[in-house]
Amino acid sequence: MKRIVKKHPLAIRWFHWVNFPLLAIMIWSGILIYWANDVYRLGWGNKTVLKFFPQSFYAALHIPYKLALGMAMHFFFMWLFFVNGLLYVLYTFISGEWRYLLPNKRSFKEAWLVVLHDLHLRKELPSQAKYNAAQRIAYSAIIVMGFGSIVTGLAIYKPAQLYWLCAICGGYEAARIEHFVLMIGYCLFFIIHIVQVILAGWNNFRAMVTGFDVVKDTPVASEEIINDKP
Amino acid sequence: MSKFLRKSKTKNRTVGQEIRRRTIISFSLFFALLLLGYIGWHWLNAQPDDNGVPKPLRIGYEKNESVFRNIFSGNHLAKTYSKDKAVKLVRVNGSLGLSDSFDYKHWKLKVVRKTGDTLYISLNELRAMPKTEIIFDFKCIEGWSQVTHWGGVKFSDFVKKYNLDPEATMKYVGLVTPDKGYYVGIDMPSMMHPQTILCYEMNGQLLPLNQGFPLRLIIPVKYGIKHLKRIGTLSFSNTPPPDYWAEQGYDYYSGL
Repeated sequence: MKRIVKKHPLAIRWFHWVNFPLLAIMIWSGILIYWANDVYRLGWGNKTVLKFFPQSFYAALHIPYKLALGMAMHFFFMWLFFVNGLLYVLYTFISGEWRYLLPNKRSFKEAWLVVLHDLHLRKELPSQAKYNAAQRIAYSAIIVMGFGSIVTGLAIYKPAQLYWLCAICGGYEAARIEHFVLMIGYCLFFIIHIVQVILAGWNNFRAMVTGFDVVKDTPVASEEIINDKP
Repeated sequence: MSKFLRKSKTKNRTVGQEIRRRTIISFSLFFALLLLGYIGWHWLNAQPDDNGVPKPLRIGYEKNESVFRNIFSGNHLAKTYSKDKAVKLVRVNGSLGLSDSFDYKHWKLKVVRKTGDTLYISLNELRAMPKTEIIFDFKCIEGWSQVTHWGGVKFSDFVKKYNLDPEATMKYVGLVTPDKGYYVGIDMPSMMHPQTILCYEMNGQLLPLNQGFPLRLIIPVKYGIKHLKRIGTLSFSNTPPPDYWAEQGYDYYSGL
């Protein structure tokens, strides 16, 4: 028997889908800014394993060399990105949704089991509420990252007036690197997120738009529910 | 079970129908919002240009300026370094306003007073004043920075020495190179910041030509685009003076 079950509150769906284009614009405009001084790379000495970014990357994405536009965009949309993120955090705390989102004592141990399961090395998933242990950690980490982007961003934006914030970040150059690394983090999060959403299937994706989940009750389970509440 | 049956009887829908109905409504709304966002993005980019960026983004710059002007204080200082941290090879990032034909032998700083009177001040007169040195992380708007060592006359000292107090109550200072090829406008609080200097020395020696000899601006509370090299004329106004890079889409304020 199919049953409609409430899953994601409207507010959370709203914040999620507003955040998506905003974060995309922040990353895009951020790359326009970064490109004016694209010095970061992975490697050692003169050996470069990965340059951020190769010319082919800019060419493939048709990214124009427009530092001024990038800054204008970044410093415009930062407010929307910040307000949306702040409202999300406030909402999760006021509504009690944080109980599903914050990792608990078991989460760090169980997250490995989830990873093993997702890699098809383990059959069973640990029992979970709305989100599994790996999701709890990932969705909490992304909030910490968002906070980090605001702090490091402000440190780069106003290093003289907010000199103390710049000092907390380890200086101006360090803050710029941290801000960049966080951006790479969002991109990696995004890739894994998309793969997981595809693997989880339609029902899960639909829940993020409609808010409801469709649960198939086995007869045994239904009887248990009935027995629970005579 | 019983709860569900009661509900479906009153609304006369099966679970399947209910799922379908809600899915269609939600996704229609979802795509409508997506379309709205798409239209909004194109609207923004199609807005009339205001000095190199769409008008709403220019307004964004100005709103940001008014927010961050509130936290601006002469007590908030850019971090300074010891002399040994300063680089010997100082990056040269442009030669705007530095024409070859410059006649440095006859150079004097021209200061236009509120009344329209002009002062002409020689390099030696400036060098006779108390010298302020600063070693700080010079920040280019492109994203690179370099710890560099500068020396000159603190602008607030300069104001006192030449009795420019009436001028200092005005809102902006405008600086222009002798060939008028480069020009910046700077808000008065930033000019009066204790780290802002009319600079004639780099690494303890007179400025090289490509660093703006004989006199340039060093203003650590701004990006490098505001550190005009080779000051010809200095004037005061209550309206924003023309600014070379602000006309190219950059933030007029460009404050750090």
